[in-house]
Amino acid sequence: MTFWQVIQQSWSPMLDGLQVTMQLTLLSIVFGLALGLFLALGKVYGWKPLRWFCTAFIEIIRGTPLLVQIFIIYFGLPPYGIRLSPLEAAVIAFSINSGAYQAEYLRGAIQSIPSGQMQAALSMGMTPWQGVISIIMPQALRRVIPPWTNEFIYLLKYTSLAYIIGTPELMAQARFVASRNYEYFQTYLFAALIYLSIVLVFSEFFGWVERKFRIPGFEFHK
Amino acid sequence: MNKEKEIVLRIEDVHKSFGENHVLRGVSMGIRRGETKILIGPSGTGKSTLLTCINMLTPPDAGKIWLLEDEITGSKRVNLLRQKIGFVFQDFSLFNHLTALGNVSIGLTKVKGMDRKKARKKALEELKQVGLEEKASSYPAQLSGGQKQRVAIARALAMDPQLILFDEPTSALDPELIGEVLGVMKKLANQGMTMLVVSHEMGFARSVADEVIFMEGGVIVEQGPPAQLFSSPKVERTGQFLSRLSGLFGEEGEK
Repeated sequence: MTFWQVIQQSWSPMLDGLQVTMQLTLLSIVFGLALGLFLALGKVYGWKPLRWFCTAFIEIIRGTPLLVQIFIIYFGLPPYGIRLSPLEAAVIAFSINSGAYQAEYLRGAIQSIPSGQMQAALSMGMTPWQGVISIIMPQALRRVIPPWTNEFIYLLKYTSLAYIIGTPELMAQARFVASRNYEYFQTYLFAALIYLSIVLVFSEFFGWVERKFRIPGFEFHK
Repeated sequence: MNKEKEIVLRIEDVHKSFGENHVLRGVSMGIRRGETKILIGPSGTGKSTLLTCINMLTPPDAGKIWLLEDEITGSKRVNLLRQKIGFVFQDFSLFNHLTALGNVSIGLTKVKGMDRKKARKKALEELKQVGLEEKASSYPAQLSGGQKQRVAIARALAMDPQLILFDEPTSALDPELIGEVLGVMKKLANQGMTMLVVSHEMGFARSVADEVIFMEGGVIVEQGPPAQLFSSPKVERTGQFLSRLSGLFGEEGEK
């Protein structure tokens, strides 16, 4: 079979897979961002027990393999009465995992904002919380866009691991197609090209977001 | 000259240590409405610490501070009192992600709950006051040091403070930019703003200060009207410091 024939024959299941991949990625990055914000703010501004909890959580998640986390959630929880579909289990595992990494990017960005910014916010009568929301976060979130783009790209590709628990995402579909047509090289090449083009689209998009929100006057400091 | 005016700020026996370092060793002073007082002294003397104690960015270990009738040091809601105390930083500390206008109006909208239109109008007035209304839409990184500090002063003014604290407002500036900031401060002093200024700009002290306070080693060594302090200080150490300072006259004072 030519590459073109492989594409013609397999584009429909592959696009189904891509849809699940995007679902996995977008849900996990959004839940992960919410978790990451909580962990980062807790680690930087929280009272001691919360700080310890956030630090421990981040270290445990970053210190164990993603695949192990997926297996614990999908295969390890049912005996305790928690039965999840492959998609649910994957979204939870990816959200938690990505959340820990996003937390560290966010923490770095928050701590890179000069302390004088918070002092100025407090000295005009803002509460610490108002200072975080109105002064620190608008600047920290801008700085986190480049590493966050990286995290998004990693996550998009790591979702391919979900094929192992039977989530019908792009990688699982490619395996299914290849097991039928025996064109392993061309089928996986097709899958790789789909991943690559999606990654390029998103990195271009986030690059645009970064430029759009850049603070005028800082162009040469970046 | 303001002896009959009400006391805006009263500081009583304030102490502050950082670990072993006893920075403030019992400072007491007061400022009446409309007065400008200049705080001078060698570096590490606690001048800046005293300013940040006043708005509780650095809570003192002991002693009491009042703003009019309210005791700041015992206050549970210190953010309400901070609104009434402007603070101008040595390094400006403008909010980098906001325009000049945004820097001046954000306190009005977020802290005072003023609606956006009103806040914008008031912020423009304050920028005009410091001669920068045409820079309203510029971001801090697009302004010169002198312009940044003037925006910072407008930001403090917008909150209608009872007094403004200035922490070495000109020592991060190029010599040719110092004048524009001192000009604005002079104008404020003449309009009756109550100000406590850490600065070694002796020309400024001579022309606008009601009183110069010389601090060293965490205590007030001597205080008095500039003319008296400069010409006939009562304490020998004050004279030494002032003569060394006048040797540096026109240059950046030490921190």
